[in-house]
Amino acid sequence: MAQPRVLVVGGGLAGLAASMRLAELGVEVDLMSLVPVKRSHSVCAQGGINSVNALTRQQGDTEWKHLDDTVYGGDFLQHQPPVKEMADWGPRIIDLMDRLGVPFNRTPEGFRDQRRFGGTLYKRTAFAGATTGQQLLYALDEQVRRFEVEGKIRKYEFWDFLAPVIDDSGRCRGAVCQDMVSMQFRSFAADAVILATGGCGLVYGRSTMSMVCTGSAVSRVYQAGAAYGNGEFIQVHPTAIPGADKLRLMSESARGEGGRVWVPRTPQDPRDPRTIPEAERSYFLEERYPKYMNLVPRDIATREIFDICTTEGLSIEKDRLCVYLDLTHIPKETLDRKLGGILDTYEKFQGVDPRTNPMKIFPAVHYSMGGLWVDYEKSPSGGMLEGSPRNQQTSVPGLYAIGECDYQYHGANRLGANSLLSCIFSGLFCAAGVQVSAGAKRAPATESLYASALRRQEERHEALIQRPGGGENPYGIHHELGDLMTRVATVVRRNDQLASAYDEVCALEERWRRCSLSDTGNWTNQNVVFTKSLGDMFPLAKLILKGALLRDECRGAHYKPDFEMPGIAATDAEGKRREAEQWCDRFEVNTNKWLKSTIANHGADGHPQITYEEIDTSLIPPRPRLYGLVGGELIEEVWRERLRARSTPGGHRATEGREVEATRS
Amino acid sequence: MIMKTNDHDHGGQTAARTIPVRVLRQDAPGQESYWERHDVPWEPNMNVISVLQKVAAIARSQDGRPVAPVAWDCNCLEEVCGSCTMLINGRTRMACSALVDRVLEEHPDGIELRPMSKFPVVRDLVVDRRRLFHSLERVKAWVPVDDSFDHGPGPRISPEEQEEAYPLSECMSCGCCLEACPQFTRIETPRREGETDEQLAARRTAAYDQGFIGAHAISQAVLFNKHPTGRMMADERMTALTAPGGIQMCGNAQNCVAVCPKHIPLTRSIARAGRSATLWALKKLFDR
Repeated sequence: MAQPRVLVVGGGLAGLAASMRLAELGVEVDLMSLVPVKRSHSVCAQGGINSVNALTRQQGDTEWKHLDDTVYGGDFLQHQPPVKEMADWGPRIIDLMDRLGVPFNRTPEGFRDQRRFGGTLYKRTAFAGATTGQQLLYALDEQVRRFEVEGKIRKYEFWDFLAPVIDDSGRCRGAVCQDMVSMQFRSFAADAVILATGGCGLVYGRSTMSMVCTGSAVSRVYQAGAAYGNGEFIQVHPTAIPGADKLRLMSESARGEGGRVWVPRTPQDPRDPRTIPEAERSYFLEERYPKYMNLVPRDIATREIFDICTTEGLSIEKDRLCVYLDLTHIPKETLDRKLGGILDTYEKFQGVDPRTNPMKIFPAVHYSMGGLWVDYEKSPSGGMLEGSPRNQQTSVPGLYAIGECDYQYHGANRLGANSLLSCIFSGLFCAAGVQVSAGAKRAPATESLYASALRRQEERHEALIQRPGGGENPYGIHHELGDLMTRVATVVRRNDQLASAYDEVCALEERWRRCSLSDTGNWTNQNVVFTKSLGDMFPLAKLILKGALLRDECRGAHYKPDFEMPGIAATDAEGKRREAEQWCDRFEVNTNKWLKSTIANHGADGHPQITYEEIDTSLIPPRPRLYGLVGGELIEEVWRERLRARSTPGGHRATEGREVEATRS
Repeated sequence: MIMKTNDHDHGGQTAARTIPVRVLRQDAPGQESYWERHDVPWEPNMNVISVLQKVAAIARSQDGRPVAPVAWDCNCLEEVCGSCTMLINGRTRMACSALVDRVLEEHPDGIELRPMSKFPVVRDLVVDRRRLFHSLERVKAWVPVDDSFDHGPGPRISPEEQEEAYPLSECMSCGCCLEACPQFTRIETPRREGETDEQLAARRTAAYDQGFIGAHAISQAVLFNKHPTGRMMADERMTALTAPGGIQMCGNAQNCVAVCPKHIPLTRSIARAGRSATLWALKKLFDR
């Protein structure tokens, strides 16, 4: 019998990991990508990859604690079994990448070195200089090339995934794709299709994401019936370098090494920043957070920087929102030794030396926690059952999603250095189940199924090419969409703005229908490829806005000031206690109402139909995320008392930083 | 001097500065190339990518004719993916890290963009760099692990070894070193009449195999021959490096190292590979 054939779309970490493992299992792989896979967006990841390791283990760390940090950091908005499985696999994945030749930084004795990242007390993060993502990607790219030479993987680079091919029973049987050089269409028959196409940063115009991160492949399967989860959860990184073409990341380590964030007290003070006296500067993070200073948690730093520029109008430039991130008080040798790489990047792209001039930075859209809804099968130990064809399968049978384009691992907020892990893990782990699904006996799909799917795409293409001239400019519409989404659906969200933005997106979509192409040819036509992907951004923009509009709470990256739960205001012991009790009452009500995943389905009318999915919190009971909140310690105490009171003999114990076995209460 | 004033400025407010941009265009392989002039509004902090984005958005040449957007490759825009290599005012470099103001300081007449000359043009500034990835196949640029299952950690590596390997591993296959190399010449295999895809691919691969492998792949061979597991197939890499089109073709012009955007010590890699090749040839001679 012929080997099953699987089409993998996307050649970043997740797609390469899946391709490698599938080829090893004997599955024939077609690997498709918009760019040569070595140029995928995973190369942009800098910091590192998390896992428990020999060192942290001896300091009391466990896989369970990695799970706990991940779900606590994600504000409990993720099913826990897949996260447990990922944390359990962490050490094996780092070992594997080490064997594949990733040049991880080393200790003097020759072991892998680790650094500490946000959201944990342990040095869990293995790293390779400041280019960990690039190094991990190359190691997998090399293995895939090896299988390519052996004829087990066939690559299709510069190809655009246009639509899944779905049979009458609702199963995915392949895809229609387009060669972006010759513009030829082709149907690919496949026993299973895996999407590994990353995030959708370009819905926000400019972000820290690469140009291929349009979300178009995901949008196309969403429009074909796949459900989308938690779309409104978009991570915004506090410090990025604003650029005309993209927003480039400025690592948190700049603040870790003493960088100070400030704005002039006079709006748009035209003076050279170095000549502005101390008294005329506002170090607003230090003023508002005397304890944490410039190293407040990411979401808080992001909100404060955003707020000082928008609400308070203190942006240092008039036409562009930005604040100063100042390192000039630190000796040059120290900067070179500790931050050399990232400062060179700033200098390279801004043409200004950050050792002598304050940097200009602003928050930027960075990661999509949400993505295609995917299934999993729970194992007896509470993790995921390896080899189950349900793992990572979307709501369309035979269609899988892995990496940033699934919604599975990061909940409401992703911890730094967890994304590289989730990408490699989901890719490796899903392979065995995909093989089962692809290998199952079923009647071959008919030629006419592929032919009609192909024809639909040809018609869409022709219709675009033949639009009359003089219409809307797709690049202009993209610019407007990006500005709108960045304004209303990033850091601070308000219902009136979200509601009106939804209508504006619908209006932009209407205008998109009247776009004219400036290139109507049929050879390497980037204009038509872009215009198609732009059209597919609207369904995603709508589900992001609708999900955000309906979710009346604050959770992780989703912040609505109208639904914020303030800390304790009372000063006397009795009042404090009473407020802490009230806080916990409200927290319970809110948890019951909102600890659910937002699930969007594409409606026939083009609008998302929103439902909610219960979350499997069987391993770690949800608890308030209190970092930095006034009175947080007391609230935590009250919450623990409640959990203890609720636990039954032989049943669950509350988590106190030790391993617990708990079931959903 | 640097910027010219644009008289057709909207609203009659302060005259906008524009940047003259000349692009060498080519509609498809085998067609004539031609120069096209664009005037792009200047903004602070522009790079060549944002210039091309504006050219695409405006979609008119300087004389107001509607023109198709210039085609070009790009992705990360952070000089780490290797996509956007082109000739900018004659110099091979990444378009994302080419800051407009800096280019104009050196070239007040404006920006001139041409496709790389050592790879066949697909369209405009897009070239076909498949040969570059094929060279990685030639030198077997990978660690030959048994499988991807759990076998514990990789070999212990000293910090010194890591520090030597890391810069080589930063190579993003952009092709700048090949563009600058006098020995690396263009190989183009246009389709012959009646030729199938498979026949064309086989002929192309055979042609690539005869061409100079270049600094990019030599340096990767050195990287993997230094890795404790990678060196288990060092002989196979040496066979590739000493075959036709191998390291002996290097003319030691040292252009490669001068243009590498990642400052990879390519000439050191070539010297090291050259020494190993000599030793390996002697060994083979005596082993006979």
